Amino acid sequence: MENFEPVIVAFCCHYCAYTAADMAGSQRLPYPSNVKIIRVPCSGQVDSLHIVKAFEKGADGVYVAGCLDGDCHFKNGNVKAAKRIAYVQKYLEEIGLESERLEMVNISAGMGHRFAEVASTITEKIRKLGPSPIKASASL
Amino acid sequence: MITAERKPLEELIEYIKPFKRILLLGCNECVTVCAAGGRKEVGMLASGLQMARLKSGTSVEIQQHTIERQCDPEYVEELASMIDGADAVLSMACGCGVQQIAMRYKDKPVFPALNTKFMGASERQGVWAERCQGCGDCLLGITGGICPISRCAKQLMNGPCGGSTTGKCEISEDVDCAWQLIWDRLKTLGLTERYLDIIPAKDWRTGGGSGPRKIIREDLAE
Amino acid sequence: MKTESNLEKILAAGHLAVTSECGPPRGCKPDEVIKKSNYLKGIVDAVNVTDNQTAMVRMSSLAASVIVKQQGLNPLFQITCRDRNRLAMQADIIGAYSLGIDTMLCLSGDHTKFGDHPQAMNVHDIDSIQMIQMVRDMRDKSIFQGGAELKGAPKMFIGAAANPFADPFELRVMRLAKKIAAGADFIQTQCIFNVDKFEKWMEGVRKLGLHKKCYILAGVTPCKSLGAAKYMSKRVPGMDVPQEVIDRMSSVPKDKQAEEGVAICVETIKRLKKVEGVAGFHIMAIEWEEKVEEICERAGLLPRPQV
Repeated sequence: MENFEPVIVAFCCHYCAYTAADMAGSQRLPYPSNVKIIRVPCSGQVDSLHIVKAFEKGADGVYVAGCLDGDCHFKNGNVKAAKRIAYVQKYLEEIGLESERLEMVNISAGMGHRFAEVASTITEKIRKLGPSPIKASASL
Repeated sequence: MITAERKPLEELIEYIKPFKRILLLGCNECVTVCAAGGRKEVGMLASGLQMARLKSGTSVEIQQHTIERQCDPEYVEELASMIDGADAVLSMACGCGVQQIAMRYKDKPVFPALNTKFMGASERQGVWAERCQGCGDCLLGITGGICPISRCAKQLMNGPCGGSTTGKCEISEDVDCAWQLIWDRLKTLGLTERYLDIIPAKDWRTGGGSGPRKIIREDLAE
Repeated sequence: MKTESNLEKILAAGHLAVTSECGPPRGCKPDEVIKKSNYLKGIVDAVNVTDNQTAMVRMSSLAASVIVKQQGLNPLFQITCRDRNRLAMQADIIGAYSLGIDTMLCLSGDHTKFGDHPQAMNVHDIDSIQMIQMVRDMRDKSIFQGGAELKGAPKMFIGAAANPFADPFELRVMRLAKKIAAGADFIQTQCIFNVDKFEKWMEGVRKLGLHKKCYILAGVTPCKSLGAAKYMSKRVPGMDVPQEVIDRMSSVPKDKQAEEGVAICVETIKRLKKVEGVAGFHIMAIEWEEKVEEICERAGLLPRPQV
């Protein structure tokens, strides 16, 4: 487990978190390469099925990064996303996965630092949780 | 529409435990609209079941399929070859759909993935509420378009009980008093005198009181 | 006179009637019914015997009514629509009358949600107004609800409940009118704490002349404590306990609250006596039956007339 490198999928809103990721890159802020970024037009566009499929395909952690409260480009996509995340968290518990493996975060376009910080914190959290039990069994 | 909710995953896992190949079958009608058993929910459940299986160290082959209406023999008939290839069917239709599969494919185990709830309407996005109990003798014409059978906790046909408070039912502040709604409607329509007419005791034969009901349209029936 | 009911005789003779209540025990304890009956003997004209009150299982109202009768009192047999379909109701009504019970009260019943069997199905085959109609037709037309002839009609004096404090208020007088049209001979109201509102309701009742078509017994309850008053105000659906009653209860020390509760009850009765159309009182001293005598005495309702 010492050298466990978690696979983390980050669904990032084009208008905020994705831009923040870009900024982190151009500012040469280091963040873990474990985080695989998927750009989405709005965090509200991330479907429960996308999240569940990510876990089924072997992700150890997933997070959805949307705009700050009140800043959604599409009015309330981030609010919808938060509700959906809460719903899928319950489903993960039913399946037998720790709901902590899924998280909703809010980052604005200018927060390159915060993006890098969130990526590191979540990677560390998942590293502590250990590999997803799904992936472990699937590879047997 | 007929509304439904997914059963707890634990119960479903138990149902399909002995089987290796599952046909997970959605329905495109009511349960799609109430987000319980359409294509999307089939995907979610397939993923969940698969993960739960993997976690316990086994795996399961889940074929996902959604048909137009599981309550209709025409569509159910088309499943023949698919059902041949499955050890069991997990149906995400309402109870009508599940039974249609059971009746047509007599030697195939079929399990309900949903709890069928009620005939209801959408109040707003994501919220469905009971509106009809299928009593078979609709009273809406004399109750201002609000149903006391399905919406009053005591099915009172002649007015509100003593527990109606500020428009809410005694059983919960989340439930509107049906008779308050009826009264408000009668007032708006200028029909308050109608309240004084006593609605006589209901003949429940039309409402299932005389056993399973059936409709036969002579001109259509084959 | 429609019946042999003592309550009807008292009312027909123009006396203010007094009824009280006996909640059957939650177990095979006939002694409790006997004990409560003894508190009320000679004090009231009829004793309501509740039917799985608050949706908690108790000794059946029919059985407890018989025990009350055996003690020499006049039981007022309550039936709710919650627990019986029309077959069971009619069977029990015939049974009750055969055992000498001639007065009854038709109720919807508290929802099972409030009781100790929230899992149970609520029956509600017919509603309370339809039940009143059914009993009247059994009595006056000698027919069952289904239309068949009934041999040996139960001559029941038919009661119904009214809650002047529930909403919508403007409908409450009409609902009473509907119960009377269905065949209610007398009415027992919900506990009255808000006398002003009750008087307003009675105004509406008199306007339609309903007090002349049916006897209205005003319901009263002595509060045992401040807690009881608060509980009724907050937790009991359709109860209206005004703040001034609660303030008055809290203005006296705890050991004097029971006394204050009785005083309020007596004052309420005295005030209600002056309301035109009030034909009597229904004193609901829940698990406090021993106080009924004192209340009646102080309210000037004793001795009871013999008719």
